[in-house]
Amino acid sequence: MSVEIWTIVLVGLSFLAYIYIGWQSRVENSKDFFIAGQGIPSIANGAATAADWMSAASFISMAGLISFLGYDGSIYLMGWTGGYVLLALLLAPYLRKFGKYTVPDFVGDRYYSNIARLVAVVAAIFVSLTYVAGQMRGVGIVFSRFLQVDINTGVIIGMVIVGFFSVLGGMKGITWTQVAQYCVLIFAYLIPAIAIAWFLTGNPVPQLAFTFSDIGEKLNQIQVDLGFKPYTEPFVNKSMLDVLFTTIALMVGTAGLPHIIVRFYTVKSVRAARFSAGWALLFIAILYTTAPALSMFARYNLIDSLHNHTVAEVQQLDWAAKWEKTKLLAFDDINKDGRLQLTPNKDTNEIKIDPDIIVLSTPEVANLPPWVIGLVAAGGLAAALSTASGLLLVISSSIAHDIYYRIIDSSASEQKRVFVGRIMVGFSLVLAGYFGVNPPGFVSQVVAFAFGLAAASFFPVIFLGIFDKRTNSEGAIAGMLTGLIFTIIYIIGVKFGGMQPWFFGVSPEGIGTLGMLINFAVTLVVSRLTPPPPAEIQALVEDLRSPIIEE
Amino acid sequence: MDEDQRRSYWRANTALIRNLLIVWALVSLVFSILLVQPLNAIRFFGVPFGFWMAQQGSILVFVALIFIYAFQMDKLDRKYNLSKQDNKYNIKK
Repeated sequence: MSVEIWTIVLVGLSFLAYIYIGWQSRVENSKDFFIAGQGIPSIANGAATAADWMSAASFISMAGLISFLGYDGSIYLMGWTGGYVLLALLLAPYLRKFGKYTVPDFVGDRYYSNIARLVAVVAAIFVSLTYVAGQMRGVGIVFSRFLQVDINTGVIIGMVIVGFFSVLGGMKGITWTQVAQYCVLIFAYLIPAIAIAWFLTGNPVPQLAFTFSDIGEKLNQIQVDLGFKPYTEPFVNKSMLDVLFTTIALMVGTAGLPHIIVRFYTVKSVRAARFSAGWALLFIAILYTTAPALSMFARYNLIDSLHNHTVAEVQQLDWAAKWEKTKLLAFDDINKDGRLQLTPNKDTNEIKIDPDIIVLSTPEVANLPPWVIGLVAAGGLAAALSTASGLLLVISSSIAHDIYYRIIDSSASEQKRVFVGRIMVGFSLVLAGYFGVNPPGFVSQVVAFAFGLAAASFFPVIFLGIFDKRTNSEGAIAGMLTGLIFTIIYIIGVKFGGMQPWFFGVSPEGIGTLGMLINFAVTLVVSRLTPPPPAEIQALVEDLRSPIIEE
Repeated sequence: MDEDQRRSYWRANTALIRNLLIVWALVSLVFSILLVQPLNAIRFFGVPFGFWMAQQGSILVFVALIFIYAFQMDKLDRKYNLSKQDNKYNIKK
């Protein structure tokens, strides 16, 4: 069977499984719809969180980015995993104890203010929309390459599938679908990585092959010979300060992402929330320790099979010819010597590689059977769809629960709230589809913005809401607004307005760290200058700190 | 739980969090970023040590930290009779 048929079969089968699970978990009441009835076991919640978390950017783009950045790519590895430590120790258990439906719920109740709730809703929607935009582009890439359909058609297919299981099953449907999606995506990621590790080093465990082989040394040598910096050398593309800031922004942003936080509302107990954070990071670490190994092997292999080969030789490679058609891989024999050279200099470099193809092309490069390639397509789609569905639910619950029920009509019936929730999933789906058809930019870059914004808006107010009883509504509102506005202006100014990165050259990806510090400072100062929160709020905070949940 | 117990439970919890976060910051921010260049002079099998910490080691430590926290908090909850099983047991008694 050809690659295309295998892809259709495997993608089709996995989609059928998601739809079946979505149908099985269809729900009627709002507790099931928004927080899965709080009955998800901690391991399952860990797997669902991992799938929710690992997006198209993690699956498709991350290894490619690291492959091109070398050491500097560590910002993604440490940033996106280190945040779980903050989440597990500082936020998850207390938010589970609080036990409502959304993040703005916590902010609104803890800061006894609908203005605070509204600011949090706006921030949640903003963060989630920025993030979902990246996912839809991921869906487009995978479909256009593997099913040979138009990107727009691919996005629409994706929208229908996500819409089906999230409209019907809400959080419960999404959670169980995500458990299935985790299994698909992790197998799809590991199989080619194991194969390429085996093929290059004779050791099938990528993590071990990464350390206990000479590929690292060989790659460093090749890079130096071609005029690049060694692969393992730090601070080639980013300064030390920028690496530090970006890593912290990604860590804190991870802990502040509403679609991840909300997952910890779905488990039974505070204890389950603690363990489920551990399971989530363990499941994520399986992919995140494989990715840097894959990056190194792919880099070595690409240079080895393309550099200094003739154009005719390269075009005989089936995968190279296919990727050339998508324009993500391009050859141009500039110096007309009949051979292709990879160089760090733009004017003489004859091989242009888009980082997004690294993961997707690995199985073909390593000559794996066609079904593996189909599996990778299914895995990439699982990663993109699971994240998209989690985000859609955050957007819809922010509107249906926090705005409609908590602010506009607090007497709305159970059915009405779930109905509004479903309408809002549909509405956000259309928005997400629009971004998929008109992608605002490069997958990982767009996603990095969401983190900066989450770091600068949510993390400080949630953290202080638990650990500092003196923080009041005035402080929280002022802090969220200054953090958010500062970060948005810096990112938009540098990315689109031609502004220089004026803060010690810190890139827009890293500026969320400063936004967070500003948020902390403003919140603490304004809180101290205004009256303390009322006694019942201080009692609420006291209660959050004890793990017993009264049934 | 009375006021004093509440306070000492919370103190034990925050002390545990603080210690684990110190390790968290050491392996990631200090060893993998601020000190990566000197640490790269040491070889960890086939790769420089600072680079290995940044791309593999710190992630492994992160996973361990969360499970250590969960297990230590279990212990603390039992000590203060806050775990669910213990509650039921106390009520029966």
